[in-house]
Amino acid sequence: MKSNLITIIKKELARFFGDKRMAFTTILMPGLMIYILYNFMGSSLMSQFTADEDYEYQVYADNLPDSIEQSIKAMDGVKVNVMDGTGMGEADKKAAIADKEADLYAVFPAGFEADVLTYDSMTSTDPAPQVELYYNSSSTESSELYQMMISVLDYYESAMANRFDVNAKEEAYDLATNEDSSGRFFAMMVPMLLMIFLFSGCMAVAPEAIAGEKERGTIATLLVTPMKRSHLALGKIISLSVIGVLSGASSFIGTMLSLPTLMGAGSDGMDMSVYGVNDYALLLVVILTTVLVMVGAMAVLSALAKSVKEASTMVMPLMIVVMVVALTSMMGGGAPEASYWYMIPFYNSVQSMNGIFLFDYNITNIVVTLVSNLAYTLLLTGLLTKLFGSEKIMYS
Amino acid sequence: MEEIIRVEGLKKTFTLSAKQQKIEHTKEKVRTAVDNLSFTAYKGEVFGLLGPNGAGKTTTLRMLATLIRPDSGDAVLDGSSIVQTPEEVRGKIGFLTSELKLEGFFTPNYLFDFFSELHGVERGVRDARKRQLFERFGIEKFAEVKIADLSTGMKQKVSLVISLVHDPQIVIFDEPTNGLDVLTAKVVTDFLLELKAEGKTVIVSTHIFSLIEKICDRVGVIIKGKMIVCDDLERVKAGMSLEDRFFEIYKETVGDVE
Repeated sequence: MKSNLITIIKKELARFFGDKRMAFTTILMPGLMIYILYNFMGSSLMSQFTADEDYEYQVYADNLPDSIEQSIKAMDGVKVNVMDGTGMGEADKKAAIADKEADLYAVFPAGFEADVLTYDSMTSTDPAPQVELYYNSSSTESSELYQMMISVLDYYESAMANRFDVNAKEEAYDLATNEDSSGRFFAMMVPMLLMIFLFSGCMAVAPEAIAGEKERGTIATLLVTPMKRSHLALGKIISLSVIGVLSGASSFIGTMLSLPTLMGAGSDGMDMSVYGVNDYALLLVVILTTVLVMVGAMAVLSALAKSVKEASTMVMPLMIVVMVVALTSMMGGGAPEASYWYMIPFYNSVQSMNGIFLFDYNITNIVVTLVSNLAYTLLLTGLLTKLFGSEKIMYS
Repeated sequence: MEEIIRVEGLKKTFTLSAKQQKIEHTKEKVRTAVDNLSFTAYKGEVFGLLGPNGAGKTTTLRMLATLIRPDSGDAVLDGSSIVQTPEEVRGKIGFLTSELKLEGFFTPNYLFDFFSELHGVERGVRDARKRQLFERFGIEKFAEVKIADLSTGMKQKVSLVISLVHDPQIVIFDEPTNGLDVLTAKVVTDFLLELKAEGKTVIVSTHIFSLIEKICDRVGVIIKGKMIVCDDLERVKAGMSLEDRFFEIYKETVGDVE
């Protein structure tokens, strides 16, 4: 009776989707939470490291040359107020910076402009004229102004003795295509994120659906029907995989949508549309077979466990292994060439995804990945079938 | 009389864990739950297994229901062996015990359909049977209520009905009235007699003498995993009440009741 397999899958899905709260917390929640959290983190990080746009920087300066004052005030969209420090000692001004009453205290040597013009680094034995900038790194505004001041002074210095320029023309010097740079970025991040999200997605449902049924005594009711144990095992694995994929996809979409905010300007030019339908189709089959192996392994562990709690504990070591393997996508060197690497479960999936994102995959290796994942799934289904048939395991 | 169940030399042992050995103050590693048990049941009768707790009644029934396998021996139910073809046996029997639970999330209506599908019952037959059984046990009133929200008595009725979705010729009930209120217990015992009237074979296990006297045609007395007596109820009783006769048998076999 092939239809028993369908009956089991239908029941499992009805159980899951019929329970609105469970469906919500497993499928919608992860993506939504990640989206909200990452966006919140992204925007609060931004605001922490940039000052308000209409902020007026307060500066003390000794012997400030006119030319430099002009350059400071000419900076785009930056308001700087050079305060009158007469009557204040050096210590008072430093204290004002420490107390965050002022943002910067610049000390120029007297006759700075003239000294600079006559100084020659090749021949002079005296040290170069020195500018001292006091700032407060615990204040965002002070740090920012300090950085701006450094660039103004660097520019001032190079303008005086300009011997050559680098990349000064208005031209694109980085010849990497949008595809290449997106590919590198995604190949590093996405396989790792996907593995972790898929694993936690499966983990939300697999122990409950197997160890839970065992704990509550409902699986015995199924085992006294004439249905084949293998149909029960395969039905469970398939339906749990469907839910695992949906949950993983939710987290993944949440991450991808919040990436621009989280990465700020760093994500410019990062575009998932560089990949074609073929790439996505390959990715999808790799993901599907990976989830089958994940669910299979979790199902076997859950069948061995006496309770949901014990099952979750037993799955933890597997989770650590998967996470460590997932990290290999972030290490350089690209995917290995030899096909036998692609017979190692989880590692093969990470490396295949890595290759797909880099536009640098060997179709033989992907096929090896898919075939070995399916073989592992069959093996695990067989093992689960055996466990369902074992009275010691099922009714201990 | 047509023979429908033949049990021959069933044996089942369990290994005791160190913890269990400690609890029971024993050094034995292996406990024999059922020891070379044989009996025969005939079509259309109610056969009762009587014995104290721990005598091996439940283990015997679980072996007949193919939940566990015997160490040795075999039983043939309506031509199918529990050792050779357990799947066939599962299709022929209805098994009810308090250990078999129904998923609390689903409704009686859904579960009836679900288990009918697993047993390969056709849709038309299923609907007619569902209507009849639901009406018989008053389940229509809560057919769409989740199992988790039902009372113990209601749950028991649903479990009973679910075990009969495929209209089995052999019905095996482990302690059918245990934990039920008097009203539900009566509904269940009456129903067992109805099954018998339909020509079904019913095997029940119990330690309640009155239940055996009320519904059983034949009875087997199990003590410490062994079948001590197995005969017509009247012959087993030998003119005494079943209770008195049972303690007499117990005394002859084991000694005084402590």
